Amino acid sequence: MAEITLKDVVKRYGKVEVVHGINLDIAHNEFVVLVGPSGCGKSTTLRMIAGLEDISDGTISIGPEVVNDLPPRKRNISMVFQNYALYPHMSVRENLGFGLKIAKQDAATIKRRVDEAADILGLDALMDRTPAELSGGQRQRVAMGRAIVRHPEAFLFDEPLSNLDAKLRVQMRTEIKKLHQKVKTTVVYVTHDQVEAMTLADRIVVMKDGHIEQVGTPMDVFNHPVNTFVASFIGSPPMNLLPATVQNGTVVFSDGKSVPVPARLKDRVREGQEVIFGLRPDDLTPVGHGIAEAGDSARVALDIILSEPLGTETILYTTIAGQEAQGKMFGPRNVLPGETLEFDLAMDKAHIFDAESGKTVRLD
Amino acid sequence: MANKPPPFWQREKYTPYILLLPAILTLVFVVLLPLLFSLYTSFTGYRLIRPESLYQWVGLRNYERIFSDGDFWSAFGRTIIFLTIALNVEFLLGLGIALLINKITWGQRTLRTIMMFPMMFSPILVGYQFKFVFNDNIGILNNALQSLGLSDGAIPWLVDKYLANFAIIFAEVWMSTSVFAILLLAGLFAMPRDPLEAAKVDGCTPWQVFRHITLPFLMPFVFIAMTIRSLDVARAYDIVDVMTGGGPAGRTELLWTLIARTGYDNARMGQANAMAYVSIILSIAFTYYFFTKLIAARKYMGGAA
Repeated sequence: MAEITLKDVVKRYGKVEVVHGINLDIAHNEFVVLVGPSGCGKSTTLRMIAGLEDISDGTISIGPEVVNDLPPRKRNISMVFQNYALYPHMSVRENLGFGLKIAKQDAATIKRRVDEAADILGLDALMDRTPAELSGGQRQRVAMGRAIVRHPEAFLFDEPLSNLDAKLRVQMRTEIKKLHQKVKTTVVYVTHDQVEAMTLADRIVVMKDGHIEQVGTPMDVFNHPVNTFVASFIGSPPMNLLPATVQNGTVVFSDGKSVPVPARLKDRVREGQEVIFGLRPDDLTPVGHGIAEAGDSARVALDIILSEPLGTETILYTTIAGQEAQGKMFGPRNVLPGETLEFDLAMDKAHIFDAESGKTVRLD
Repeated sequence: MANKPPPFWQREKYTPYILLLPAILTLVFVVLLPLLFSLYTSFTGYRLIRPESLYQWVGLRNYERIFSDGDFWSAFGRTIIFLTIALNVEFLLGLGIALLINKITWGQRTLRTIMMFPMMFSPILVGYQFKFVFNDNIGILNNALQSLGLSDGAIPWLVDKYLANFAIIFAEVWMSTSVFAILLLAGLFAMPRDPLEAAKVDGCTPWQVFRHITLPFLMPFVFIAMTIRSLDVARAYDIVDVMTGGGPAGRTELLWTLIARTGYDNARMGQANAMAYVSIILSIAFTYYFFTKLIAARKYMGGAA
């Protein structure tokens, strides 16, 4: 049983504070993904859990035990590194069995567990090769195998897929998810790729500048971002964020165009409030080319600047109030630059953030 | 119309040889001929003071003589022992210094430079320096020991059989430990950090991380240093000659001090060359051994991150 609890965890390098007192409870067997841009403190946080970085302040516990002063070897965790970190002078079999050998397990146990891990990850044919003789994907699998043979309390993944090419990354992503379903264990996974976060996580932790911005299930974070940062970070293409002012129950953009305030947010905004109007490209669709019937929609005519056909959909670049915005066309037809199309704005999916604080006006 | 073939030096199949000719000639005159000449003299009774003895063919008599000579075998054995002790001590000290310097974050460059100081002195001067340090009457070491009350008499550092050899090895180690230190430090700098962290997470104590991850990674660097130093030590002459001159009574005689004495002091160049050939074979054996080890240790290093 291993819950991981972070309480007011702070990391300082000299005088520079990079993680500012974060709190997080990770449940037993939960798959938690820490996601954020470079330098947001996600890797540092993971390395503090692993014991590879000192904790400047606050406490981290794994299970019932506070591990602040325990060296990594006493925390019973496994880690998969971005650069695989295999032992170059050992064969795949020795790499897998190294942790068990250090733990003075007997040869029979080592063999059984190594074979079991090799079986799960399909490494049987590679057991006598050295890391230099493996491809990137194979090395990554060995690194994961090395993590699972030890039957740890928790797995820590530090951007494990970022060195792989795009196709392999998608494949390994699926394998990691399958692996978690087979080997039920607590997982903390760090990535800067929001797609990985969305697809893998039970819960996503969005981080920025050493703070946690939002914690929630992938759908929760996607549908109810608490601020403009989360709104723009999760989802691809990112949410359109357009500055506007609330006037007479309408949202007025800087060029004078306006849409009504979404019905569900009517009493959350006040007259004259500077806001940021957020709308995902999926919810800005040419009339007749949306995903579903728009319940509460507003119509605007927009000029197309550029179109990017992707097959099942086409991404349309346009401008709203002098600012670039992206829409999507489902069931696409050819669209030429310069064309003017009537767009549906799905107002029931629209977000409104306070311009000053960047926070959503939807306070639950 | 039959074309006249070009002169042979313009034909394509001779081009590589013509281009290589300067290098080949240099090697022949600078290395091969002297080598063959000295090999020839080792089969003659050549004495430096009697040039005509160069044509006095004696067959294998020089070799027979040195192989049945106890002094030669003592020098041979002493050279091997000297080499073994010096290399191992230098390796251990160099490794320790490299590991310590690798940990330092402030003033590392300065320390690295200071560490190289002993290598900047001529071995002859190092020899003189230690000759005075270890001198039994006026040496600073005996002086210090007596002032501190650790010894009441003059210790014969350069006279006693064991102490004299110790003193020479000490000087050699003092001068050349930094060769190991600098090469191993380079190895430590090149070492990827991830496997070390992976090992820590895998349950290793700091000692186990060193033993199972750091040391195997450093071994190629160790063998490079060993190869260089084994060649260096096997030809040790200057420090020994200055400190003890191979004496007293041949107690510190190494191969090359013996060879120099035979060749120049006793003018028996033929016999000296015979010894030199034996010593070269010894060097080749060491080099071959360390290179085999080096190749074995490097096999897995290619491309692995």
